[in-house]
Amino acid sequence: MKKTFYAILFKSIFFSIAFIPILVQAQTEQDALMMGERRLCVAGTLSYNSWTNYWEGTHKRINENIGQVSAKSAILMLNYGLNSRINILASLPYIKTKATAGTLSGLSSFQDVGLFVKWKPVQLNFSEKTFSVFAVAGFTTPSNNYNIDFLPMCVGLGSQVLSGRLIADLQINKFSFTLSGAYLQRNNVRIDRTAYFTDHQINSNEVYMPNAGNFQLRTGYRSQRFIAEAFADKMTTFGGFDIRKNDMPFVSNRMNSTKIGIEGKYYLAKMPVLGFHAGTWHTLAGRNVGQATGFLAGVDYIFDFSSKTANN
Amino acid sequence: MKKALQYILIGFSFFNIVSCDKEIVENNAAFKALNPVDIDEDAGNWQPVIVTSATDFTLPAPQPTNSAAYQQELQELKALTASLNAEKKQIINYWKVGSVLRWNEIMRELVAKHNLPPYQSTDNTYPVPSAANPFAYPVFPFSNPPYAARAYAYVSIAQYDALVMAYHFKEKYKRSAPYQVDASLATNVPKSILPAYPSEDAVVAGASFEMLKLLFPADIDYITKMAEEEKSYRLWSGANVKSDIIAGDSLGRWVARKVIQRARTDGMGAAGGNQALWTKLEDDCKAKGETPWYSLEMPKRPPMLPSFGNVKPLLFNTTAIPDLRPVPPPSANSEQMRKELDEVLNFTSNPTRERMRIINFWADGVGTYTPPGHWNAIATEEFMKKQFSEVRWARNYALLNASLMDAAILCWNTKYYYFNARPCQLNPKIKTLTGVPNFPAYISGHSTFSGAAATILGYLIPERANDFETMALEASNSRMFGGIHYRADCQAGLETGQKVGAYAISRAKTDGAN
Repeated sequence: MKKTFYAILFKSIFFSIAFIPILVQAQTEQDALMMGERRLCVAGTLSYNSWTNYWEGTHKRINENIGQVSAKSAILMLNYGLNSRINILASLPYIKTKATAGTLSGLSSFQDVGLFVKWKPVQLNFSEKTFSVFAVAGFTTPSNNYNIDFLPMCVGLGSQVLSGRLIADLQINKFSFTLSGAYLQRNNVRIDRTAYFTDHQINSNEVYMPNAGNFQLRTGYRSQRFIAEAFADKMTTFGGFDIRKNDMPFVSNRMNSTKIGIEGKYYLAKMPVLGFHAGTWHTLAGRNVGQATGFLAGVDYIFDFSSKTANN
Repeated sequence: MKKALQYILIGFSFFNIVSCDKEIVENNAAFKALNPVDIDEDAGNWQPVIVTSATDFTLPAPQPTNSAAYQQELQELKALTASLNAEKKQIINYWKVGSVLRWNEIMRELVAKHNLPPYQSTDNTYPVPSAANPFAYPVFPFSNPPYAARAYAYVSIAQYDALVMAYHFKEKYKRSAPYQVDASLATNVPKSILPAYPSEDAVVAGASFEMLKLLFPADIDYITKMAEEEKSYRLWSGANVKSDIIAGDSLGRWVARKVIQRARTDGMGAAGGNQALWTKLEDDCKAKGETPWYSLEMPKRPPMLPSFGNVKPLLFNTTAIPDLRPVPPPSANSEQMRKELDEVLNFTSNPTRERMRIINFWADGVGTYTPPGHWNAIATEEFMKKQFSEVRWARNYALLNASLMDAAILCWNTKYYYFNARPCQLNPKIKTLTGVPNFPAYISGHSTFSGAAATILGYLIPERANDFETMALEASNSRMFGGIHYRADCQAGLETGQKVGAYAISRAKTDGAN
């Protein structure tokens, strides 16, 4: 059996969009990499993203009353290999927001806990080519009752998300092509008020959250110890409403975005349990989101429990 | 930590995977059909607010129920009530909950829809919504809290005055409801022994239509549709014949026109002021040796309705305002002000989730029905439990909304009289947890509105008086927690609001409804 040790690298996390990311979880959930049996990867990542331009519906603008809005994050992620075909992943970010102008206060708190099961049912090996299919089931839920009614300064949207993703991956020599699509079933949220206006008045504290889809294409160089990939990512909300001119953003807005970015990962030759990852991205187009640009960097460390067991 | 873990576990276990039903059930979904415990048949003798006397309007005597004309109407009604489709039934179920209540909800929706400050022009000035051209951007009106308070008040008063007159004529002509005349008529509303001519629903529809057309002209289609549906519902449900409706509609509209005459001359037209006034306010404040307010918005926005404080109040004379206006706020450089600033900074630097809940609950900012709307929503829930008659619903909303309008007038008068700065103007370290309103701080609008509303509601529903007071205090504190008001603003606001509420109580004691 092909022993993948380096290629179980932990992929970077990145924040999809901001006003608030719909997909806050790890990039890992979206990539075509697996952890080997009884190995645990622990990753810590620091991330920063900011935007000055944003879209009210389709109207792109700046706002001198907020200036530049930024989010700093620290994310802890775990990825454990039950076996070479099934991985379990968990993540938890801490986020701190800030606006450079105006009077609005930033907020900070832990955000959503994510749990994912990643399964590789198909792996076809040809000479120099490998084709794999992955299925990922995920669930994220707020780790605490953080404020979701103060956008764009909130750390998250407070919605529980059940997600299903299919990933098709083709590796030819050292070159990889990965295509994936996910459906995000989002639970309704409750805000602190008893009425709100979307495109009509709703007398309730419960807010209907439209579901969302995510599509991603990645390609680049992938070897056992080194990965460099470019990606394009599209987030689409199926429903929701537009921010009206000069209105405040709201948790159930139709948040769409198209982003491009690059990511890299490197595991040390002399100490292969230790790796580093970094990435950057930019938002090309959007709707009811900020035009965020971000970057991140982090460290991965792999604990191998399989060898210890073997010694017993 | 344990609590957080618990929260996460609950989250994981309760996620509703099977059901994808995410439909929202609104607070008003379970409201029952209007079926008053007391029909207030003597309400024709109650004191109207703006109309001088019920006899000012000549409502023609109706055809008696045994006349050929009435019998013809009854036959038409039978045909209508016998052919109800799902849409008509839905309209019946919507309106039978109560006319005044539904129009209050509609008004709250219109206020929320229009509560948006205009976006700046390319030259960094702000366009002003124009009633003459309501559909063009910025759409008319910008229903900010003073605009909203006045709108709620005039609509409620028009409905109340019109209903008082309607009850007068009901008693005068004593024409029975069609279901009393013909027991075989299919009826879809609780039967009342109240005379049916003129129809109270048509009265309220007519009055509301005329008022809202003036206040929210860009929504004329929606307003027309609702008024027409309400009048039709009375026919479809077998509650009124057509002549009940026609008489009610014309009476309602006539009363609205009386109220509009008052509204046109109350000083609202000049409330926005002009550059000369804005400069003068600043200069006058400086002349007193104080730090004047300035707009914290970029680009700087002219202050919101600086002369709204000169609008003619409903419950007291303009001449009473100087005595009602609270004493000056702490001077910007005083020790007291430094202490109050520190208190605000402490709140905003250490936000707890509970304080943020309170801030959000009472924020009632951009895109909402405003604090007056919030108190209307609170009142609605309470009135519902009481099973009031239409006319008592109208009277109670009128008292509440007259208080809220006068609270707005007194509050705005005070704000521009002292013209003092917001906390984050004096100390930029204060970062707010809600939007900073674009007008001076002293006294807090939320506090004034809430003091007034809690006082009159406590009189109308005495068993809830303590709860209303607690709510008002929470609303008031929310502005301090959010970093946009000092304690002095909140305390003086509550007290001033309570004084306005007391005027409403003395009116309520003598309006004949007790």
